[in-house]
Amino acid sequence: MSLIEAPRTPTRGRRTGGINWEKWGWIYMRASGVVLVVLIFGHLLVNMFLGEGVKAIDFAFVGGKLSDPFWQVWDGLMLWLALIHGANGMRTIVNDYATNPKVRTVLLAGIAVSTIILIALGTLVITTFDPCPAGADPALLASFCEAL
Amino acid sequence: MPEKSASNLVAEPQSPPKIRSPKRPAGTLYRGNEGMWSWVLHRITGVSIYFFLLVHILDTALVRVSPDAYNIVIDSYKTPLMGLAEIGLVAAIGFHAINGLRIILIDFWAFGAKHQRTLFWVVIGIWLVLLAGFIPRQLMHVFGG
Ligand code: HEM
Repeated sequence: MSLIEAPRTPTRGRRTGGINWEKWGWIYMRASGVVLVVLIFGHLLVNMFLGEGVKAIDFAFVGGKLSDPFWQVWDGLMLWLALIHGANGMRTIVNDYATNPKVRTVLLAGIAVSTIILIALGTLVITTFDPCPAGADPALLASFCEAL
Repeated sequence: MPEKSASNLVAEPQSPPKIRSPKRPAGTLYRGNEGMWSWVLHRITGVSIYFFLLVHILDTALVRVSPDAYNIVIDSYKTPLMGLAEIGLVAAIGFHAINGLRIILIDFWAFGAKHQRTLFWVVIGIWLVLLAGFIPRQLMHVFGG
């Protein structure tokens, strides 16, 4: 009989078989990170560096980009990869600091719910976006809307 | 005073003890020096850009509401103060991204783990070059005519 518990005794018991989700999360952080470097620096280059930078950003600018399938895929990938990467990173941090089980559950649920809602919202915007909405002031729209 | 009476019984050591605990941790990958501070910065920048991303998805979603709704919110970002805040944002993402690549090199490459400390300064170097390129450009866009 041992009186002293072994150090680092897991509270949940050892995992026996099944998918090792923590391992895949670890791999996901690295794989998504590499792709995000390209996506995010490309995003910053086009939106903040080239041309007139942040000054040029308005509805017409976004309309021009999001009517191009290339940028739709770019922004969609960035949305999914970055939000899941960030949410999983926040999960790690909550697990590190939230020692009260109730607080931890609430925080983790908050991260999960906000992630699902924002991914759904962002994907909906990217896929159903109309760069030339009917009845809008033509001065606010991308120039190609005039041809319609 | 018990201590005083005890020291009367035991010979007072004349020289300080030979073995002293180090003034600061000698430093491992995660404790002390570059390894620890890179982790602290990675965590702080990660949380910051996460909260920015939440807001950024919401403001961009306004393009689905109306051109006016989007332009009003984006125009409120076009102030000198926000222009400077955007520099902070790019600095945070820049550090997190470049240091993220350093973490990956450490995880998958023996050379990376061995030279993690040098790699930290390489990260800082690349980061400074990035900012040296971005900051003048951003100031031009925000404050230029
Ligand atoms: C630009 C490319 C990016 C790269 C290369 C990158 C890389 C990484 C890596 C390698 C980790 C460490 C994971 C671990 O220790 O297991 C990490 C953690 C994290 N990342 Fe990123 N990341 C990037 C973008 C982002 C973005 C856009 C966000 C926010 C939405 C973000 C938020 C986080 C958070 C919150 C953590 C957890 C930090 C911690 O546990 O201390 N990252 N990132």
